[in-house]
Amino acid sequence: MRLFKKLALVAALVLPMQAFAEDPMKVGFVYVGPVGDHGWSYQHDQGRLALEEHFGDKVQTTYVENVSEGADAERTIRKLAQAGNDIIFTTSFGFMNPTARVAKEYPDKTFLHATGYKRSENMGTYLSTTYEGRYVSGTAAGMVTKTNKLGFIASFPIPEVIRDINATFLAARKINPDVELKVVWVSTWFDPAKEADAANTLMDQGVDVIIQHTDSPAAMLAAEKRGIWAVGQASDMSRFGPEAHLLSVVDDWAPYYIQTVQQVMDGTWKSEDYWGGIHEGDIKIASISDRLTDEQRKKIDDTIEAIGNGSLHPFTGPLKDQSGKLRVPEGKDMTKEELAGMNWYVEGMTSTLPK
Amino acid sequence: MLSLERRGVDSRLMRYGSPVLALVLTVVTGFLVFLLLDRDPVEGLRYFFITPISDRHGWAELGLKMAPLLLCAAGLTVCYRAKLWNIGAEGHFLMGAVGASIVALQFSESTGFWVLPLVLLGGVVCGALWSMIAALLKTHFHCNEILTTIMLNYIALNLLLFAVHGPLKDPFGFSFPQSAMFADSALLPMLIPGTRLHIGLLFALLAAVAVGVIFSRTFIGFQLKVLGEDPQAAAFAGFPQKRLVWFAFLVAGGLAGLAGASEVTGPIGQLVPQVSPGYGYTAIIVVFLGRMQAVGIILGSALLALTFLGGEMMQIAMNLPKAMTGLFQGLLLFYLLTCDAFIHYRLRWNAKAAKPVAPASAANTTLAGQER
Repeated sequence: MRLFKKLALVAALVLPMQAFAEDPMKVGFVYVGPVGDHGWSYQHDQGRLALEEHFGDKVQTTYVENVSEGADAERTIRKLAQAGNDIIFTTSFGFMNPTARVAKEYPDKTFLHATGYKRSENMGTYLSTTYEGRYVSGTAAGMVTKTNKLGFIASFPIPEVIRDINATFLAARKINPDVELKVVWVSTWFDPAKEADAANTLMDQGVDVIIQHTDSPAAMLAAEKRGIWAVGQASDMSRFGPEAHLLSVVDDWAPYYIQTVQQVMDGTWKSEDYWGGIHEGDIKIASISDRLTDEQRKKIDDTIEAIGNGSLHPFTGPLKDQSGKLRVPEGKDMTKEELAGMNWYVEGMTSTLPK
Repeated sequence: MLSLERRGVDSRLMRYGSPVLALVLTVVTGFLVFLLLDRDPVEGLRYFFITPISDRHGWAELGLKMAPLLLCAAGLTVCYRAKLWNIGAEGHFLMGAVGASIVALQFSESTGFWVLPLVLLGGVVCGALWSMIAALLKTHFHCNEILTTIMLNYIALNLLLFAVHGPLKDPFGFSFPQSAMFADSALLPMLIPGTRLHIGLLFALLAAVAVGVIFSRTFIGFQLKVLGEDPQAAAFAGFPQKRLVWFAFLVAGGLAGLAGASEVTGPIGQLVPQVSPGYGYTAIIVVFLGRMQAVGIILGSALLALTFLGGEMMQIAMNLPKAMTGLFQGLLLFYLLTCDAFIHYRLRWNAKAAKPVAPASAANTTLAGQER
């Protein structure tokens, strides 16, 4: 019994300390990977740090890294809510249902879930339109390839990834009609060994530009070793492949995080499905290789600008799927809703989509 | 010259004392680590070991985390007592989760009380069927069960991925790899209202007690022990070796399958690719930490569950990295193995190079040697 008394005493000391620290707005982050993955979670953490820098002592941030998307997620999110966080960002798709459950229990707190589709009064979703960045990398890859074979290391066949594969292929095909895009599915977001294996498999098949939708720099390192090109994902990966690095599609979450926290502070935040891309500053193209010719560089810059000012939409009709069925009529852009549910490859893709 | 010399008799006191000693040493080392990190060590240890269980919710979460570990560990104990090194609890677990999900998704419209037992049974049967593959390979083809069970774990994982990407995928889920949410009738009832603790913990405690009873009270338990100690003696005595192997594997598979079923019908409520954060592997540590005894594995699973919760708490409260969880778990195992080594061996200082230790016992140095 003495032990229990001690426990109760400790609890009595600890809990009020957490409850009274109300002055700064507390913001919690849940990451699926380690902050040092140099990819997805790393970039979210950069966004968190930018938040601290922007608001100074008006915010206080906390993060929990490497959170499994199984049963542990709900506990972690709830603990962050119990610890007094006013806004909680859950940054991976697998956190959707756990976030929704905790959001229901804490109606006075704001929850934001990246890449999902469930929303409620106090739970919004957000996404960066990575396909815009993919379109730029597809353009670049189509120009530099000599074997006309591009490789894509894909994680899971969800709309986001399928969209990005299609955008890459459409852009590459537009600039180089002979291009073929090979896809390897690794069923993981972060597994350096698997990613390196996939990169080597692709290179063995004659691929000379590697694009990845996974988070570690392993593919970049493998490409550097074998002297071919690779496109960085999520963060600027140029330091992992000084020669191989073509460009990086960087997720910059800082503008969105700062804007959202400001809205919650002002009381103007409303639950929505936020999509941000090159125009909003959420997607940036970083460290374009200086091995490119001026002409190639100009083409890349023009593409970035055209997407940024809205004159180019990566998914403009006519677009057919692999069976030849017309999916997007001539002159029409795909809508956000259509993009959110994209589950088909565009015409010309040679591999089949895993079902 | 330092050398290790086999002790004649292992100290009974120390055999059970070594987990406690290991825990104490871990805490002491943890204290030093916090000092080195320039953090308040008392505060750090409090956040790690005490804050996670300082309220009702904390205890409930501990129980929730314990349940799958304990179920897997109880099954593995039956195998390990017979020196059947089944590393496949992870695979049994995953197949149990898949099996339960298949049944649960068939009854998404039903509200009958019989749905849940059927769902759990689906998990048990699938887990047991999966373990039978390794049992069959062992008894009929003399395949090493360590290798087959590890490989079957990977196959199970890929079957799970196939299921969530294919036949079990939520048709209205934008092709994200997860099943639809289960109906309420397929979900485990809560043990403590207002928390996430479900009755899976009772299954786990029951399983641990049952395993204890098997080995202290039943003939089959005795036969399994003999098989583990000396297979030839078991053969002389006319024990049905193949049947014993099958029994051990079926129990391990069924219990781990139940653990998988309890996860999907408990805190998760659907089938997701990340249904197990490695419970089947962590359970192996639990079995050795718990000295293959019922009470031991109950305490061991609670302790390991606590290290997960504590690591999380330290991230939230002290902004320390996740690596602290791994550090504490690693320390605990390291000290446990070290303590065990010194239970079986004594350190000798010899002027000349010592005679080598008898090779037969060298093979069983730490982990395997404790059951003599």
